[in-house]
Amino acid sequence: MAKIATRDAYGKTLAQLCEERNDIVVLDADLSGSTKSGVMKKVAPERHFNMGIAEGNMMAVAAGLAANGKTVFASSFAMFAVGRAYEQIRNSIGYPMMNVKICASHAGITVGEDGASHQTIEDIGLMRVIPGMTVVQPCDGPEAEAAVRAVAAINGPCFVRLGRSAVEVINDHPDYKFELGKANVLRKGSKVALIATGCLVHEALKAYETLKSEGIEVTVVNLHTIKPLDEQCLVELAKTHDVLITCEEHSILTGMGSAVCELLSEKQPVRILRIGQKDVFGESGKPAELLHKYEMDAEAIVKAVKGVL
Amino acid sequence: MNYQDREKLALNVRANILKMTNQAASGHPGGSLSAVELLITLYFHEMNINEENVDHVHRDKFVLSKGHASPVLYSVLAAKGFFPESELMKFRNLNANLQGHPNMRLVRGVDMSTGSLGQGLSVAVGMSLANKLDKNDFRTYVLCGDGESQEGQIWEAAMAAAHYKLDNLCAVLDFNGLQIDGNVTDVMNPTPLDKKFEAFGWNVVDLENPYDYASIEDAFAKARACKGKPTMILAHTVKGKGISFMENQAGWHGVAPNAEQLKAALEELGVN
Repeated sequence: MAKIATRDAYGKTLAQLCEERNDIVVLDADLSGSTKSGVMKKVAPERHFNMGIAEGNMMAVAAGLAANGKTVFASSFAMFAVGRAYEQIRNSIGYPMMNVKICASHAGITVGEDGASHQTIEDIGLMRVIPGMTVVQPCDGPEAEAAVRAVAAINGPCFVRLGRSAVEVINDHPDYKFELGKANVLRKGSKVALIATGCLVHEALKAYETLKSEGIEVTVVNLHTIKPLDEQCLVELAKTHDVLITCEEHSILTGMGSAVCELLSEKQPVRILRIGQKDVFGESGKPAELLHKYEMDAEAIVKAVKGVL
Repeated sequence: MNYQDREKLALNVRANILKMTNQAASGHPGGSLSAVELLITLYFHEMNINEENVDHVHRDKFVLSKGHASPVLYSVLAAKGFFPESELMKFRNLNANLQGHPNMRLVRGVDMSTGSLGQGLSVAVGMSLANKLDKNDFRTYVLCGDGESQEGQIWEAAMAAAHYKLDNLCAVLDFNGLQIDGNVTDVMNPTPLDKKFEAFGWNVVDLENPYDYASIEDAFAKARACKGKPTMILAHTVKGKGISFMENQAGWHGVAPNAEQLKAALEELGVN
């Protein structure tokens, strides 16, 4: 099966958008080769500005470009784009509702060998607490393309969380539909529903296959939009299942799982387990090794499902 | 607007700054009073901004990077007629548009929401880059504080502005020498600011008397004339300017005058 990193799909799509629209301006902080936003330099080099290793400045420059009518894509590694420049994003992009798309790559523990300093496990939390910020995490190449096109089409601040590693393409079929704020139900089962986002969608699907071979059918949902949440879908899942298990390569604190808990504790209380980074820093290692050690891989998901059945 | 009218307006703006902060029982009069003539010159002489173009995205723009000086900006924008002067006396009140620090989505004529120091210069860099891309002649102005230059981001922005040769960007540094905790040179010495900005690739203009309209106009003209570099006007201002008991007092950074002090200050200005 074909594999592509979501950051590669982002770079390709951004270049296409730059060809289609002349209001798009792209900013990077010395990582344009890694974030893949630099791909657009081939079609519109005059609209790419490297801001150097200065993420805080980059985000406020993005705000200024947006104030003058540009649609701005600002990219870096998620750790620095969101972690280092949080307050600039909050005050200069979020508060004035600037049309800036923060497309941050190398998010989560699957950054791998670079280790904990580069493995942001808090970026979803940081972005979703900003009023008016849209937060999206695509799970594969086609979804990254759709997500980038969707955020480019709306006016306002958006955060797109992208991964470093190549992931299997699962959304290349003709029925695939991406709509911001609408979760995609991938498998329908009973009793337990896995709500996954980003690369853990693939682990959830693997877990589904393992469980199915043992006669257990669970529901699998791809929650690509973490803000705004698909309230209708989540409430329905809570009504029709005994247990929900959220899966994300992010801290179990403040992430997608937390967002789901916040919503359902008020709207439709149900037992929820959160699979994610358990409030500890990561370390160097291969992405698959890290997902295994920190209990976010298919094996850990299978174990969690069996534990509640 | 001629100098005589500007002087009259300056008295009114100073009076408004004092009344606004007094009715709010909070706010920042010191750093607002220091920049009155600079903003009047920007809005009534230097910048092309008026009732016809104020709501446009594309025009000359001003970013108040030292957002706490909002009273002077609001007073000048009201004088431009962008909103009723009566709004000024709701400054910092619940449900009012005039927030403690400017919100561009609430106030007509405010070009950027500011308040967190160190970010406005970067925003102005972004606006100037956009104008370069659009190949227009609009200019971007930004007022920074001297204490604000302690923020590392000011120097990130300074590097970027020179790197991209933003000669359509003119920054003014309100060099009144005081910040909340005392003298800027005692708190964390940012000087020599002229040499630092020069070293960062800027055209630096020393404005010795930022209360003399001809001198201010001359500084802005020098900025316009400089090609290939952004300009930093170092305005040697006086914190609390115009009110004898407020001048050069760090204590008046973020404290509003009480009723008695307001009365004394207005008497000194000769304004009711």
